[in-house]
Amino acid sequence: MDTIYALATARGRAGVAVVRISGPRAHDAVAQLCDLPPMRVAKLRRLVWQGDVLDEALVLTFDYASFTGEPSAELHLHGSNAVVARVLQILSTLDLRMAEAGEFTRRALENGKLDLTQVEGLADLIDADTEAQRKQAVRVLSGAIGKKVEGWRQALLRAAALIEATIDFADEDVPVDVVPEVRELIDVVLSDLHRETVSAISERIRDGFEVAILGAPNAGKSTLLNALAGRDAAIISDIAGTTRDIIEVRLDIAGFAVTLLDTAGLRETDDVVESMGVSRAISRAADADLRIFLLQSADEVLLTAPLPDDLVYLGKSDLRDGQGLSGKTGQGIDDLIEKIGQILERRTASAGVLIRERHRIAVQTGISALNAAKSALPRAGDQPELIAAELRVALNALEALLGRVDVEMLLGEIFSSFCIGK
Amino acid sequence: MKHFDVLVVGGGHAGAEAAAAAARMGVSVALVTLRADAIGVMSCNPAIGGLGKGHLVREIDAFDGIMGQAADRAGIQFRLLNRRKGPAVQGPRTQADRALYRAAIQTALNVIPNLTIVQAEVAGLILNGTQVRGVTLSDGAEIGAGSVILTTGTFLNGVIHVGDQSRPGGRVGDAPSQLLAAQLADLDLQRGRLKTGTPPRLDGRSIRWDALDSQPGDDVPVMFSFLNSAPFVRQISCGITQTNERTHDIVRENLGRSAMYGGHISGVGPRYCPSIEDKVVRFADKDHHQIFLEPEGLDDHTVYPNGISTSLPAEVQESYVRSIFGLEDVKITQHGYAIEYDYFDPRGLDQTLQLRALSGLFMAGQINGTTGYEEAAAQGLVAGLNAAAAALSRPPVLFSRTDSYIGVMVDDLTSYGVTEPYRMFTSRAEYRLTLRADNADQRLTDQAIALDCVSDHRAGLHHAKMQALAAATQTLANVSMTSKVLADAGIMISQDGNRKTGLEALALQDCNMDKIIALVPDFAAFSPEIQDQVAKDSLYVQYIDRQQKDIARLKNDEDQIIPADFDFNALSGLSNELTLKLNRQRPANINQASKLEGITPAALLLIMAGLRKQGKQRA
Repeated sequence: MDTIYALATARGRAGVAVVRISGPRAHDAVAQLCDLPPMRVAKLRRLVWQGDVLDEALVLTFDYASFTGEPSAELHLHGSNAVVARVLQILSTLDLRMAEAGEFTRRALENGKLDLTQVEGLADLIDADTEAQRKQAVRVLSGAIGKKVEGWRQALLRAAALIEATIDFADEDVPVDVVPEVRELIDVVLSDLHRETVSAISERIRDGFEVAILGAPNAGKSTLLNALAGRDAAIISDIAGTTRDIIEVRLDIAGFAVTLLDTAGLRETDDVVESMGVSRAISRAADADLRIFLLQSADEVLLTAPLPDDLVYLGKSDLRDGQGLSGKTGQGIDDLIEKIGQILERRTASAGVLIRERHRIAVQTGISALNAAKSALPRAGDQPELIAAELRVALNALEALLGRVDVEMLLGEIFSSFCIGK
Repeated sequence: MKHFDVLVVGGGHAGAEAAAAAARMGVSVALVTLRADAIGVMSCNPAIGGLGKGHLVREIDAFDGIMGQAADRAGIQFRLLNRRKGPAVQGPRTQADRALYRAAIQTALNVIPNLTIVQAEVAGLILNGTQVRGVTLSDGAEIGAGSVILTTGTFLNGVIHVGDQSRPGGRVGDAPSQLLAAQLADLDLQRGRLKTGTPPRLDGRSIRWDALDSQPGDDVPVMFSFLNSAPFVRQISCGITQTNERTHDIVRENLGRSAMYGGHISGVGPRYCPSIEDKVVRFADKDHHQIFLEPEGLDDHTVYPNGISTSLPAEVQESYVRSIFGLEDVKITQHGYAIEYDYFDPRGLDQTLQLRALSGLFMAGQINGTTGYEEAAAQGLVAGLNAAAAALSRPPVLFSRTDSYIGVMVDDLTSYGVTEPYRMFTSRAEYRLTLRADNADQRLTDQAIALDCVSDHRAGLHHAKMQALAAATQTLANVSMTSKVLADAGIMISQDGNRKTGLEALALQDCNMDKIIALVPDFAAFSPEIQDQVAKDSLYVQYIDRQQKDIARLKNDEDQIIPADFDFNALSGLSNELTLKLNRQRPANINQASKLEGITPAALLLIMAGLRKQGKQRA
């Protein structure tokens, strides 16, 4: 029996996020993060993984007298996205599996812990979870990434069909050496998947969002950065163009890990070094998740325009009767922090930690299966069934992204490509 | 009125296997067929087995069925397909002498004392409400039966096409069962229409064999039955030739006169068995297609040219066949034809192949939309065992996707239905590495013995084999060796300091039987067959271990059976749409329910909770 885990509470900044773990390895897994508290006694524990403190959490363990009727545990974490995402990611490496929708309930049912009425009560919740997963899959498929995903689907379907053709139609007129094409197909998908795992939004949660501060020279950007950081991270002076390279400061804003970027003031300049700084500021800001524009007047036009969601403020409000934002007096800073928090909140909520983590695991499983398939390629002649087995694992793992690829589709690909039927 | 526990209608491969299986279970069985002398006829190509199909034959044999043994007796060219690939994808196949095969099947049936063969036409079913009570014959006589198994193949509304000529018919020379078809039509079952084709048959004496390449059988023939080790009759070779541009031109010029391309046929044909018309049209860039010239028997001059099935008019067949190298002067003994026929949507069946709408009526073979002798026989086995189990008031005999190709096929048919004639492929089995032809007996014979449908002879051999296998496996598992010891024996592995058992060592690419015996001398005490089987079992161990969790989950879902009278309407919380769908499809278990379109985890949980509740009330 697998041990499963999932975030049991709706994600939210405020308060507490509960991660539930159930199955034979539940207590072992928790013991790898902290001293196991006595059964059914809530204890505050510092969760530590490989020397890193993850969180101070309330830890609870149950034996068979639990919701699921299995050994289980609950980690009551601080409701920070970064913390939750990190804990889920660590659990996935401890030989635990993320729960399917309704799986805790199913185990409870199978262990005689629930009756029909109780299941009916939970059905809506489970459907909501399923619906969220489905929506996320649709979003993935319809977005910019959709075309790429369709490409992977075609490539993997083709690779699997080529291998299956050499197995099931050995007596027929199918190409004998499919290895070069299969290798190429796998390579393309593998390198894409690697790239995706790097840029995936779950990484954002773990490694932080980037928020860039933009404005003309001397608009008060560095002062704002220092105010938010609570220390003198950037040199400030009255001389326009003091900041030339990008200065990064890592902060916790509203529970999100945020890397704040202070950039060179935007202006046309003949100074070679400064102009490099300006173009670097523009391109880096374009890649950031969010931009704060500090203007000196309401009608000021900068070298780059704000995107929807970007925050636009009048800077140095200390000089203009309390309108706008001032790093110097702290005016408007609370409002800024709140707004950043709301925006990042909205962006992550639309994906949901649980779902992103699910995708991350799917992609990881896909990558390792494809690697295994690749390393089995030299044996395509004598053991093609092993390559086929790995490709099947990859296709199953990526089902959430690719949609289902079943035997009929494989056969369809084979029959449309080769003249089968002696 | 005579009465039998089980009555089988039809004497094809499904009917023969069904009758034999039911009889092995010890109940009284009647097999009713139009022509007793045609029982066991191979009406299409003269071959048994292949990839996926060979697996099915082995599984039938593991249940002490008759197809494998008959194929061994009739086999004239044995080939283990994919011999150079891994054991999981190797499939035994043989060319079979038609006359010998038919004789072997008839002999196997004739020696069964509790099996009566009745030569008659079944005109209708005797029904009592929704319960089958027996059949009426065309002469008005009645036979009573606890269960009836319909294995009527392509006989239902069969229409034969040659060019623009068409006429009703089951297969060439036989009348279709119109009366029975009419009654079945009244039952209001979902049905569909399929087609299949045959090539022209050739007179072997007019083929220029010496100009053609030939394909011999394997040097070491592999038998179907676990009881046999060598062929029974003389072995022959098949000839190989190919079509050419001129053949294709002739076909292309006459496409409009083909029954299929002329719009005379509405049924759907199999994509894996295209006619020569299809090949020329769909793969226009290919300048030749391979043809195997398969002799139909040792004393039979008829040759089956595998690869050129057709529904072109007779004179066009003459002309394109003679354009083929080696066939310039060939005489056609029977022209190719296409046949269209009705099948019943197998989603109307439960997992025992019993019709849900009509208690006691089973269906097996082409009537369910499948193609192939092996697929038919395997369904016959399932229906026969279950009809007998019902007569004995025993629980149903269920096959799982996790234990057999038979389970894969039954689940595919009853969950998804068919869109083209259903044929088995190894790629249909998600646990292909576990479900091998070589271990069919290890997977299934214990279950068969528990059902009491295996001869004492086979049971004895099986127990001895299983004991030897266990001992041989243990002998290797008990030995632990360092990588240095292995390297000294010529088995190169990474020097990671991990010890390996003899079993793990045997699975290494670098290892072979000589090396392992040098390392574990005790292993030499076992027979070569046992040693070989241990090697095959060890080969996929790490993959199979990884699949065990999936297998356990699937098995758990399959084991939660939804009774035929389960009331989906009583579940509150299911959408109307889903309730309708569940009532229409009536999934047999939780696994099948999970595959329904639109089903959600919550809906599955509701069904599972409902099962527990209704189960409790009944208990």
